[in-house]
Amino acid sequence: MNNDLQHSYAHHGPAKGITRWLFTTNHKDIGTMYMIFACAMFFLGGILAMLIRCELFKPGLHLMEPEFFNQLTTMHGLIMVFGAVMPAFAGMANWMIPLMIGAPDMALPRLNNWSFWILPFAFLILSSSFFMPGGAPNFGWTFYAPLSTTYGPNSTDFFIFSIHIMGMSSILAAINVIVTVFNMRAPGMTLMRMPLFVWTWLITAFLLIAVMPVLAGAVTMMLADRHLGTSFFNAGGGGDPVLFQHIFWFFGHPEVYIMILPSFGVVSEIIPTFSRKPLFGYISMVYATVSIAILSFLVWAHHMFTTGMPLAGELFFMFATMLIAVPTGVKIFNWVATMFRGSLSFETPMLFACAFLIMFTIGGFSGLMLSMVPADYQYHDTYFVVAHFHYVLIPGAVFGIIAGVYYWLPKWTGHMYSEVLGKTHFWLSTISMNATFFPMHFLGLAGMPRRIPDYALQFAEFNKVASIGAFVFGLSQVFFLFIVIKTIRGGKPAPARPWEGAKGLTWEVPSPAPYHTFTTPPEIPA
Amino acid sequence: MYTVNMTQGVTAISHEIYTLHMTIFWICVAIGVVVFGTMFWAIIFHRKSRGAVAAHFHESTKVEIIWSIIPFFILIAMAYPASHLLIKMHDTRDSDLTIKVTGYMWRWHYTYLDHDVQFMSSLSTPYEQIINRDVKGEHYLREVDNHLVLPINKKIRILTTANDVIHSWWVPQLGIKKDAIPGFINEAWMIIDHPGIYRGQCAELCGARHGFMPIVVEAMNDADFSAWLATQKTKATQQH
Repeated sequence: MNNDLQHSYAHHGPAKGITRWLFTTNHKDIGTMYMIFACAMFFLGGILAMLIRCELFKPGLHLMEPEFFNQLTTMHGLIMVFGAVMPAFAGMANWMIPLMIGAPDMALPRLNNWSFWILPFAFLILSSSFFMPGGAPNFGWTFYAPLSTTYGPNSTDFFIFSIHIMGMSSILAAINVIVTVFNMRAPGMTLMRMPLFVWTWLITAFLLIAVMPVLAGAVTMMLADRHLGTSFFNAGGGGDPVLFQHIFWFFGHPEVYIMILPSFGVVSEIIPTFSRKPLFGYISMVYATVSIAILSFLVWAHHMFTTGMPLAGELFFMFATMLIAVPTGVKIFNWVATMFRGSLSFETPMLFACAFLIMFTIGGFSGLMLSMVPADYQYHDTYFVVAHFHYVLIPGAVFGIIAGVYYWLPKWTGHMYSEVLGKTHFWLSTISMNATFFPMHFLGLAGMPRRIPDYALQFAEFNKVASIGAFVFGLSQVFFLFIVIKTIRGGKPAPARPWEGAKGLTWEVPSPAPYHTFTTPPEIPA
Repeated sequence: MYTVNMTQGVTAISHEIYTLHMTIFWICVAIGVVVFGTMFWAIIFHRKSRGAVAAHFHESTKVEIIWSIIPFFILIAMAYPASHLLIKMHDTRDSDLTIKVTGYMWRWHYTYLDHDVQFMSSLSTPYEQIINRDVKGEHYLREVDNHLVLPINKKIRILTTANDVIHSWWVPQLGIKKDAIPGFINEAWMIIDHPGIYRGQCAELCGARHGFMPIVVEAMNDADFSAWLATQKTKATQQH
């Protein structure tokens, strides 16, 4: 790229109006669109959760028929997993990976545009299913057969279509990440000098390519059973409903690591910055992440312990699942060791990163408990599981996203967010999240199953607490949106390096980052 | 109620499950105390505002090996009792009584194999209570018209299957949860120690009324059970 071209960009800038966004191939624009989309989906999924917690506030049916409740729980899961968490991290990957490795953009910019734009299309189809005759999908986000095949509403086929599109988006984005990281690092940026966020996304991209096709297979077999006279999952025709679960969870388990690994990366950027100390054990962190990714392929049937698996199978999956605790523990210890004897300050990104560390670990503990098969017979399909996965997903994935937003907002917008408002958002979110989900451990242990719109009287007290917590949590996120929009519109001007302890190429470019950065590769000191 | 823990239940196995659960729980608490304690120490004493200056260490192969090996051995210590218990739970041999449990949308069906007794068991909570027109009874949503009556101190084998979609038969106090899968048969076993009434419900999403298909087991001594069984058989022959 010679100076003339750079000069002309500075004069013309990005296109004006809607065509800028429809046709952009710029990684910053695409990253921004992914995150705005994810934010909208987060609020849609959140509204569904608020409706669920309204119904569950007291025993008895109050607001809706049980059948609609099943639509809410199903769509809440689908929208949060596929519409909020995954696109949010894809957006961060797009914005940050080129900046972190000194590349001018992603390797495949036009593919990047498509990877984003098919997403709103897919979710329009999925969300519109609420208005179709028969209603939205109502069989849980895990859509087990034969409930989903034989008894699914008409919208099930649209659900399958939207999963295919969303899956393609993920696969194409993953290809882009891998090709970019392997081919476009600035000279001197060896793999073992990359920020950990890039490593975790690189590994996530491999996981995506490996398992999204499996999900596509599962939904296609479902479509075939529904309309082409096959019996993959129908015992009457010689098939097996449990086959569905094996295929689904072979995708599903790596999927949850897909949702958390980028968060590990964000936190691995934030904690060293605010500890003013390098990440402890960088090489171990890379190897631990790789180990977690490989092990994630070997544990899927721990979601299926009550299906009647043979003893040998149950023992194998118990041992393999327990084993994941080792590399995960290594990562937690390394983060704590980064903080230990550092020089700590607690700006909002660091608050969320610390909450991640504590509460993700709590989610990990309930996961370890779940892996013990005899005990799992009592936990499976109860609110204990709901508590576990909301602890690893909200303080785990979502707080990672929020922490990343606060951390990088100055770079993206050129303005500092208000620290007072940010800290308020943090405390409201953390306290209300715990109020919502900690009691669910007790509910599960006391005997309350999942996915029920009404419950026996002994579950009333903790359900009321959980619902109140949920309403406060929901309102806190509206507050977050307010903070983000306020910061986009203005605020104290941010320097290139707003955080004293921040290191890396990202912080060499101005805030806000220019439309084109690293048009010539940067010099990386030896 | 503010119940915070799992039931110990009324079988030897349910007691062992509870013990395993508590053991793992306390190990997790111990690890948590160490990890969070270290974190909180750093948060309080290693603050920049307190004058803390950052150290420079950032790797140690020795430490990485230690904190990989120790957790690994803790896991082995956990896996041993868990595997032992699981092996026992899989041993369904030499049962005294076999019950076939069939999940329907949305009620359970019980057959006493070898005794030619069978019946449907459906939710008996009045609809008025569910739609808040009437005060909810003590056993709201956990009461049925026909209990599954069983003898204590006998090894009972439960075979689960389903008529339509996957359901799951779960009674916490008996320590049993087993999926009921259409076209397949799963097995579980129990020996109930005490007479009493034990309640559970379906634990696999099975459609609109998944929350409305409870299970009520009534365990009684052998003599009472035989008497009950006899009346059931009389009813059965009268119906033919």
